[in-house]
Amino acid sequence: MNNNINVFGIHTQAMALRARRAEVLATNLANADTPGYQARDLDFAAVLAGEGAEGAMLTTDARHLGGVDPDFSYALRYRDPLQASLDQNTVDVQAERAAFTDNAMRYQASLTFLNGRIRGLLSALRGE
Amino acid sequence: MSLFNIFNIAGSALNAQSLRLNTTASNMANANSAASSSGKTYRAREPVFEPMLADALDPNGGADAGVKVMGIVESQAPLRHEYQPGSPLADADGYVYLPNVNVVEEMANMISASRSYQTNVEVMEASKRMLQQTLALGQ
Repeated sequence: MNNNINVFGIHTQAMALRARRAEVLATNLANADTPGYQARDLDFAAVLAGEGAEGAMLTTDARHLGGVDPDFSYALRYRDPLQASLDQNTVDVQAERAAFTDNAMRYQASLTFLNGRIRGLLSALRGE
Repeated sequence: MSLFNIFNIAGSALNAQSLRLNTTASNMANANSAASSSGKTYRAREPVFEPMLADALDPNGGADAGVKVMGIVESQAPLRHEYQPGSPLADADGYVYLPNVNVVEEMANMISASRSYQTNVEVMEASKRMLQQTLALGQ
């Protein structure tokens, strides 16, 4: 019974990605008034495709631990601005706030799934 | 990489925006400070922001950069020149020099700075909630 590695499914990676995305979006919001700053975001599809490809660490030995690039830097993309300002700043505060809230909700969704999973396992362990 | 870093990022933005509010307050306070020569007259000031890491503008650089104030620039707009022969600061022709502060512009700047400040506080609140719920995981 060695399936404990996959108990939490994709949610551990999803939470790492969501935490990183929150950081990138917070950077965009912090630089909303910085001249020349280009807003960035993580490309979810690139991360999903990148698992096991360029994003993953190489495991050339059975004892190596696999893992993904914690910064997800390979999935960073510049945002296509709806309307850039004259000072070349491409942060759209409303869009960034919406994305930040969306990201926080998805993080919570992963947390809820994990909590349910843990509760299920605990009740199975207790056998009550 | 962690949610804790968001506090550094949003904190740097709070710092920069409060400095912007400070310069706005200083400009408004000195909007009518007369002087006897153009060299001694107060000029409207404005901070210039830049990303905290130099490589934040580099496509392959890290994205976790806060913001910092690169410097404060003085407005190059012409000073106001008013005829006030009764003023002790008036020059030989009876004129005094007044700052080039545009009060309407400063008001708009103040609102913009306080909204940006508010946005970053909300970012911190949201990250705090995310962290607290993560810490309570499985309880």
